[in-house]
Amino acid sequence: MAEVKAVVEEVQERTPEELDWTKCDAICAQYAGFKGATIPVLQKVQDAYGYLYKELVERVSENLNLSSHTLYGVITFYAQFYTKPRGKHVIRVCRGTACHVKGSGRISEVVFEEFGIRNGETDENKLFTLEEVSCIGACGMAPVIMVDDKTHGNLTPEESRKIFRDYASGKMDE
Amino acid sequence: MSEYKVEQIEVHVCMGTAGVASGGDAVMAALTGEFEKRGLTNTGVKERNCKTKQTGCRGLCARDVLIDVYIPGQGPITYEHVTAEMVPTIVEEHIVGGEIVAKWAAKKDYFEFYDKQKRYVLNDCGKVDPDSLEDYIAHGGYDALKKSLKMTSEEVIDEVKKSGLRGRGGGGFPTGLKWTFCRNSPGDLKYLICNADEGDPGAFMDRSIIEGNPHAVIEGMLIAAYAIGCKEGYIYCRAEYPLAIKRVKKALVDAEKAGYLGDNVLGSGFEFHLKLKEGAGAFVCGEETALIASIEGERGMPRSRPPFPAVKGLWQKPSNVNNVETFANLPVIILNGAEWYANIGTEKSKGTKIFALSGKVKSTGLIEVPMGISVRELIFEVGGGIPKKRKFKAVQLGGPSGGCLTEAHLDTRIDYDSLIAAGAMMGSGGVVVLDETNCMVNVAQFFLTFTQRESCGKCIPCRVGTKTMLDILDRITSGKGREGDIERLESLATDIKISSLCGLGQTAPNPILTTIRYFRDEYEAHIFKQKCPARECPELIEFVVVDERCKKCGICKKVCPVDAITWEKGQFAFIDKSKCVKCRECIVNCPFNSID
Repeated sequence: MAEVKAVVEEVQERTPEELDWTKCDAICAQYAGFKGATIPVLQKVQDAYGYLYKELVERVSENLNLSSHTLYGVITFYAQFYTKPRGKHVIRVCRGTACHVKGSGRISEVVFEEFGIRNGETDENKLFTLEEVSCIGACGMAPVIMVDDKTHGNLTPEESRKIFRDYASGKMDE
Repeated sequence: MSEYKVEQIEVHVCMGTAGVASGGDAVMAALTGEFEKRGLTNTGVKERNCKTKQTGCRGLCARDVLIDVYIPGQGPITYEHVTAEMVPTIVEEHIVGGEIVAKWAAKKDYFEFYDKQKRYVLNDCGKVDPDSLEDYIAHGGYDALKKSLKMTSEEVIDEVKKSGLRGRGGGGFPTGLKWTFCRNSPGDLKYLICNADEGDPGAFMDRSIIEGNPHAVIEGMLIAAYAIGCKEGYIYCRAEYPLAIKRVKKALVDAEKAGYLGDNVLGSGFEFHLKLKEGAGAFVCGEETALIASIEGERGMPRSRPPFPAVKGLWQKPSNVNNVETFANLPVIILNGAEWYANIGTEKSKGTKIFALSGKVKSTGLIEVPMGISVRELIFEVGGGIPKKRKFKAVQLGGPSGGCLTEAHLDTRIDYDSLIAAGAMMGSGGVVVLDETNCMVNVAQFFLTFTQRESCGKCIPCRVGTKTMLDILDRITSGKGREGDIERLESLATDIKISSLCGLGQTAPNPILTTIRYFRDEYEAHIFKQKCPARECPELIEFVVVDERCKKCGICKKVCPVDAITWEKGQFAFIDKSKCVKCRECIVNCPFNSID
């Protein structure tokens, strides 16, 4: 089970896009009458809207005819559901065994030094979110990080710093 | 390595996760571009035409990007650490000119990695294109399924029983027996589930099999479904494995189109539908009852057994759950026969086992060896020993549920029962090698941090017990250990093992028990001397350069990220404690162990 997550987000003004339920309703309709739909629906809705904010969870709960308590029970249990906005890039630092014995703890420190964020946090500019994950499964090239869906391996702390700065400066978006 | 015949020149590029991360895409693009630029894709002479092919992981991830050049009539030539910049030279000199580029070609030590291995399950990983059903079939794919469909389902189960296959997820329960339970349960609708929620930190064989050869898993599941009588199946895959998910999705679509899955498998009248379920990130979902709860859309909490899933599983119907590697063994068993399979391995552990070798070892990667190989052979012969001339200290087998073995255990044979006798366990097959710079208390703390975080919280021994143990370990590693802590840990560990609801809690104390058993002196040094002998716990390191050992080389100054070290040529280094952030870069990089 993931760390206990605060599920209360500060009250936000929602944009019209965030309150446009077309996608959400379509996803729920796709799974109508489908056994065990809760997790796939939440996954797809999260993909479409970025994260699971209060109004969105309520909308899903009406659609699936499940209480929002039940949904939050599921959302808070699994590490891959997010109840807070996330950065443009997600840095996943692998904290698996092989990475740990090869010093991946230092790489998390580098992220903190560069952007002031700890595990699960997003920086002020909404550019980066740091996630420490249990194992990316690329132990042969420890220590490993993933930025979005790109894997970088055999890193030293300083090499990781350079990669983060490249993302920060937009060099990686080209 | 088996023979692979080509009709034209083929260059195979490793595109497993490590291959892609090392730049496999760029190498692939460079090769394709180079072939087109030189007009080699269509030369008019079939044997001279060139094509590229992506393959899955072949195991030696430490040397990616790996490519194999196949020229008709010649054995393959492997190049290691290939970059896009090297491609034009390889094409120019080798493919066009016929001269192998010796400086980049794999040498003796590359082949030594494979010497002791017996690659049956992984035989096609690194040879077939994981996105191509045709290529899998060309390598004998789905032959085992066809053979099974000609047998009765009882004959298939008997064959699996006779082979002696035991569950590769870690528990080692006899697979054929497990199937019999589910087969004998009353009911028409039965479910088959593939557990691909490989959450053990340090294990990546399930992912590599799915990424490298997804059809082998589907074929194994078809054989199992036919034997047990399941109509529906699920592959429950970790969300953290995007590439595996992508490849298995494609494989499912292709297999269905070709008639290997569906209402009437290959026209035999046998019906099997297979779906992919993506996990949402919870280690405990690797426990079969928690996994079932998760497929049902609940919080992934285990429940007490009995009733076992074979009687009441998914949606209260009889269900059979096996691990990825277990399924991948089935085509090998059916094609070669149970007797052949039972000849490999030891008396009670048959066949081969895939291990994920990582940590402080030269050749990290994925290996498949016969059961019964010794720990020493695994680390020093297959893995090539410890890098940087450091000393071997311990090896952690079986992830957070397993335990560590020491120098004294190097000749222990690796099979289910010998490992349990030594205090470790097979687990999923993660092997993490530790050298003298790793602190055993820190390793125990690391595993416990993980299990404590991943505990689902349903039962008190695991929820509160792991937290209490972790608090003690946190204290010990930060220099606040107290007399009696070791005994307290031992007694807590014993209680938690006995009284937890599921395997997570029952095995969580193992790393602590084995580290105390074999490295009690390290615990004592932390508690009574406020010292970390391996110099890994930052709170217990002084960060002082010992002049007697300092060779005045200045490496520490170069690596210090905060400029806390002063050094000049011919002078001893000096660490300014007011600037030092205790990051240990100097300790890790000093070749003379001169910083205490």
